[in-house]
Amino acid sequence: MTESKKPSNRRKFLTHLTQVLGGVGGVFSIIPFLKTMSPSSRAKAAGAPIEIDISNLQPGSYKVVEWRGKPVWIVRRTQNMIDKTLEDNNQLSDPKSLEEHQPNYTKNKFRSINPEYLVLLGVCTHLGCSPLYKPNAKSKELGLDWKGGFFCPCHGSKFDLSGRVHKGMPAPYNLEVPPYYFVSETKIIVGENGDNV
Amino acid sequence: MNRLMAWIDERLPVSNFVKNHLSQYYAPKNFNFFYYFGALAIFIFILQIVTGIFLTINYKPDAAQAFASVEYIMRDVEWGWLIRYMHSTGASFFFIIIYLHMFRAMMYGSYKNPRELLWIFGMLIFVLLMAEAFMGYLLPWGQMSYWGAQVIISLFGAIPFIGESLALWIRGDYVISDATLNRFFAFHVIALPLLLFALIYLHLAALHTTGSNNPDGIEIKEHKDENGIPLDGIPFHPYYTVKDVFGLSFFLIIFAFIVFFLPELGGYFLEKDNFVPANPLKTPEHIVPVWYFTPFYAILRAIPDKFGGVLAMGLAIFVLFLLPWIDRCSVKSMRYRSRIYKILLTFFAISFVGLGYIGMNPVTPILTWIGRLFTLIYFGFFIALYFISPKEKTKKVPDRVTTHE
Repeated sequence: MTESKKPSNRRKFLTHLTQVLGGVGGVFSIIPFLKTMSPSSRAKAAGAPIEIDISNLQPGSYKVVEWRGKPVWIVRRTQNMIDKTLEDNNQLSDPKSLEEHQPNYTKNKFRSINPEYLVLLGVCTHLGCSPLYKPNAKSKELGLDWKGGFFCPCHGSKFDLSGRVHKGMPAPYNLEVPPYYFVSETKIIVGENGDNV
Repeated sequence: MNRLMAWIDERLPVSNFVKNHLSQYYAPKNFNFFYYFGALAIFIFILQIVTGIFLTINYKPDAAQAFASVEYIMRDVEWGWLIRYMHSTGASFFFIIIYLHMFRAMMYGSYKNPRELLWIFGMLIFVLLMAEAFMGYLLPWGQMSYWGAQVIISLFGAIPFIGESLALWIRGDYVISDATLNRFFAFHVIALPLLLFALIYLHLAALHTTGSNNPDGIEIKEHKDENGIPLDGIPFHPYYTVKDVFGLSFFLIIFAFIVFFLPELGGYFLEKDNFVPANPLKTPEHIVPVWYFTPFYAILRAIPDKFGGVLAMGLAIFVLFLLPWIDRCSVKSMRYRSRIYKILLTFFAISFVGLGYIGMNPVTPILTWIGRLFTLIYFGFFIALYFISPKEKTKKVPDRVTTHE
């Protein structure tokens, strides 16, 4: 320190360089910690597609199976229910399913590949509760203008028999349709698009 | 003994510390009832840590075993029920104490210059405490644990663009699962308590830098005697240690009564649905968070739009951080502030309690509208305060604290 008490430019440069490199290294070292919190390989594998047998499903009834820990509903509609779905319904907020909450091959009034079978994720699009199946019209609980559908007990969202949300509900979107395809008349694979794309 | 103390003091300034922070730390002599809650909060924090440690000894953070291990603690572990009920009752009391502690600050302007940082540390403690309580509530792995967590985590999913992947990252799975339970356990027992400990330290360090406010909202440091001791101050020890011990013993009577006779408090402290193991395929008919979250939950539900609701709920908490700058009145205590302020504060308190009540009940059209009204009042308080506070007609603030000699 014979020349001056101020650090030389060279020393300043080296100090800043060390700070910057140390900082960058420090930030990058956070990545592995954050990454450990992402779904593990095992969790991803558990989210693989499943096969569902629908041979014993009676018209009008429905079946719940678990896929990725979420309830998947398969409703076998009666002819009456199919007709009701076709009627114009001004209660719905997205009757034509314009928003992307279903694969393209189910973007129709029935929101299904085969009008007879409706496949839906039974998870309310509001906050993830599981709505209840209320197929009968004009119920005491849901009012005289109720046409049958699904009702979420958590925050009162209503959906029609195709899982389309009513207007002015807490749920913002129609119920989601998972990717699926028919392997045969009586077998569905949920979790993959199959040949439908 | 004295020689031992001298030996220690040469190596670690223990006596100095005791002097600076207890026996010669001067607090205003006019503290009232509302000044119990700081000390009580520290007591309950320690109680939660101690009971928590003893719960982890028998608890299993595993989705297949968690529910059964809690029942095991309740039925088979000697005195396990007492430890668990102290912990669960303690959680609710922690929030009662913190809410009163915060309301005290609003009544007497304790967040104002020079105590803004003190308030911000306190708010950070409050937010972390909510995270701590939320994560702890998942651990018993009952129906309400599961579905409550489902609702809260999906709030993050409402954030545009990054929401879904953020929720996935928090859960560590496509649904709430063992992965979620395990990480919540880690945060609940290690990460958040450590952070809370650090923040409480900072909160107290900031408090001892500025000194306490008081019900008159006067700086006692402005009037000191020839020795530099505030004229209106009394040593924290023994005066306030004794006062706080008295308050604590009264508090413990109530606390013990709840722990022994009403640990579930009719479903408010421990919700009835939580005595059923978590079932991802069956939503309970009526999902409610525990009572201490319900005011904010009611704000969420009052907004008909999902992301809007999440935003409003976040804002309801965030706006409190800004309180020192929203309230621009130079007078601290409501004792010397305008009648308008007292009315505003009363409405604010009513709306907060009202929102809490609405958040606990099922959605009906009438309650939704009342909830919207209270939400407006809640936010209206801050907006009105911002505009009214600089022009308030205040009374004359006394120079010295008003006490009965």
